[in-house]
Amino acid sequence: MGVFFLRRLGTMLLTALVLTFIVFFLTNLQPNLEKVAKFEGNARMTDAEVASWLEKRGYTQPLLKRYGEWLGVSKGWTYTSDEGRVTGRCIRDNIPAEEAPQRCGLLQGDWGQSSVFKVSAGKVVSEKLALTGRLMLWVMLLMVPLALIVGILAGMREASVLDRTLSTFSIVTTATPEYVSGVIFIAVFTSSAVGLKWFKGTATQAMENPTFENFFLPVLTIALYGMGYIARMTRASMTEVMTAQYIRTARLKGVSFGNIVMKHALRNALIAPFTVIMLQFPWLLNGVVIVETLFNYKGFGWALVQAAGNNDIQLLLAISVVSVFVVLVTQLISDIGYVYLNPRIRIS
Amino acid sequence: MEPLSWTGSIAFLNPLLMLALAALAISIVVWILGSILLPEAPINVNVDGTVSSGSGLFGLVQTILRYSFFACVALSVAYIVLGILMGTGAGIIGAISQQFLPVWLSLVILFAMSVAFKRRLGLYGKLFDSPIGMIGFGLVMFWVFTGVFGALDLIVTHDPLTQVSGMKNKVPGTPLPSPEEGEYAWYLLGGDNLARDVFSRMVKGAWIVVQIAPLATMFAFMVGITLGLPAGYYGGRLDTFLSFLANLILAFPVILLFYLLVTPEIVATGVPNYMAAVLFIFPILFIGVLLNSRYYTRPNFRTPLLIGVLGIAIWLYLSLISTGGYIVNTETYSIWGLPTYLDLFNIPGGILVVFVSVVFVNSPTVFRIVRGLALDIKTRDYVAAAQTRGEGPWYIMLWEILPNARGPLIVDFCLRIGYTTILLGTLGFFGLGLPPESPDWGSTINEGRRLLSIYLHPALPPALALLSLVLGLNLLADGLREESLKD
Repeated sequence: MGVFFLRRLGTMLLTALVLTFIVFFLTNLQPNLEKVAKFEGNARMTDAEVASWLEKRGYTQPLLKRYGEWLGVSKGWTYTSDEGRVTGRCIRDNIPAEEAPQRCGLLQGDWGQSSVFKVSAGKVVSEKLALTGRLMLWVMLLMVPLALIVGILAGMREASVLDRTLSTFSIVTTATPEYVSGVIFIAVFTSSAVGLKWFKGTATQAMENPTFENFFLPVLTIALYGMGYIARMTRASMTEVMTAQYIRTARLKGVSFGNIVMKHALRNALIAPFTVIMLQFPWLLNGVVIVETLFNYKGFGWALVQAAGNNDIQLLLAISVVSVFVVLVTQLISDIGYVYLNPRIRIS
Repeated sequence: MEPLSWTGSIAFLNPLLMLALAALAISIVVWILGSILLPEAPINVNVDGTVSSGSGLFGLVQTILRYSFFACVALSVAYIVLGILMGTGAGIIGAISQQFLPVWLSLVILFAMSVAFKRRLGLYGKLFDSPIGMIGFGLVMFWVFTGVFGALDLIVTHDPLTQVSGMKNKVPGTPLPSPEEGEYAWYLLGGDNLARDVFSRMVKGAWIVVQIAPLATMFAFMVGITLGLPAGYYGGRLDTFLSFLANLILAFPVILLFYLLVTPEIVATGVPNYMAAVLFIFPILFIGVLLNSRYYTRPNFRTPLLIGVLGIAIWLYLSLISTGGYIVNTETYSIWGLPTYLDLFNIPGGILVVFVSVVFVNSPTVFRIVRGLALDIKTRDYVAAAQTRGEGPWYIMLWEILPNARGPLIVDFCLRIGYTTILLGTLGFFGLGLPPESPDWGSTINEGRRLLSIYLHPALPPALALLSLVLGLNLLADGLREESLKD
């Protein structure tokens, strides 16, 4: 187990490094840098001015060197202007150049400055993550029990009336992406054209004061799309378990149907859905971006759209670090949980 | 011109449909509750040893359900048939069903032919034994025909990009203020916030999906199969390396990847062209290895075949990746491609990058599925037999393992087209890649959602269209899975 864990951790680190490097490469391509220069400096700069702007800010160094600076393993750049003023990656207004640390990157806890929000990218990410965390918590609380119940009810009697109805329901939800179901929900429940007006069409207020009225629709929109898939997986694994020999034995022994489902079948049937739920996280991230844009909830996904739209390099890198971390950790948990739940699998 | 109502002069059918729908809904609820609460029908053992069960209350509910379902279907068909006959006399629904006439005809012909010859058509024919599969297939083919006929300008009533003054945000059925001679006099599903016809945009949007989604999925499958088979068959280092790459792409949040790849700046650097050049080479590799491994024992036949097939494939490949005589054409440097007089078709940079990123996102998942199947199948006896016969590894992979993995792959292919459709919609929804005026469903939903609290009609038709297409593909996959498991 220890060796397995270490190997997984090593692969994780390597994956994270490669992925952040890809993001770094794509955001630091020449046209993107020119866009940054024009965004932060002056929109009407000439090519020569752009070039000198980039040089003064250390963007002309080799890519790997700058990636190292961002990570915090190589020394930050410094630039001495004609008047002898020293500027550099780690030199801030309140710290003189001599006292500034040589390295300031991810390893030193410095996430860089977000150019859109004008604060530290780490601060933006942590604030937005808290908001999205709340959204995800409610999504999970709604989605997981609902999906498991639907899956188990459908799978306990295969081809029954209940099974067919619930299976159709879960197929419909998997076929409805968030931007379709969200639009339909907004149209039906919030618009003045239909006139139901049960909920609010935006979740902006939910950032400070989440209520059922302004928070339920975004949660439902994300939960429904993810739910169908988990429910179908649960149903498949439940039907498989229900045809197993030991269930037949229990039935012949005279155990009641409820007891068979609850005591004999459930634990074995839940192994597959557990991994699926964990692997659903990267997908949920997609849903979060769509729903936060649709409902104007200014969380992590909304920040991603803002950062990507304005080529905010530092923020994009911070966001990709966090999301890659979330994906990899959930993969690890799903592997470990699979081993823990299923005694038949032992890792050598 | 009068504004059209929804059903016009066939409004007498509405109460009947309401009644039938209500009966259907009630009987479904009773049916579900009944299956839990009502006792199972008693089983009687007859004198001759057979058993029969009484129908009971539950059977009655089932009968009602069946008849109310048939009533609903019959009424819907009546709407469509009357609509085709009466056109705008039967309101918006009539006018729309008349516009869709070529689609209805093709669907009827397709289904009649398929049902008539279903025993000779293999797995496709078996699809017509499963009601779910038939419904799914019908929905999918509806949109395929709509896309094709829409591209031929048979269904659309107006140009999807033309703005007609005075039609901004008008409700469905509004007549044009001053229609010209030969111009369709109504906006059937209303106008959007730029005064364009919602109905025509929806129909044109189908063509974009029908063009890109299956093709992109097919490319993703070629990439996934070409890499997944050796990874599963050989295992070892190759497998570790390829799986690492696949997991790398899978760990990337799709939207972040799209935002990084599908921007004008990235298109300007030529990165998508490089990716296209790499990704699109896999189908050529696939076809080449496929034919070579089969016919290499007969060089007289193999050599001309390979030269012919690969020649055409490489020509297509080069015309696909080169635009205006260049493969990569940026400000600082360029790589020469096929000269323009040999170039068969040009794909605009925006579409190419959408296509490439969709293929790129889908292929790792296909790779994992194929790898898993190959790992499972390579332990079978017929593979061992082929190895003993002295067949080469590629022959075994492509002609022994792949045909035996076709069932799950076909099912996944249908599901994946649906997923690709959703991805294309996502791209449109965020305004990435496709031109801003493009009538694709994602962009139209995105434009329509801004005014959603006042005007529903611009956003709902594309949303429902996308929903029904993806639902159709899911049902089709389910039907195929069911039927292929019956063997």
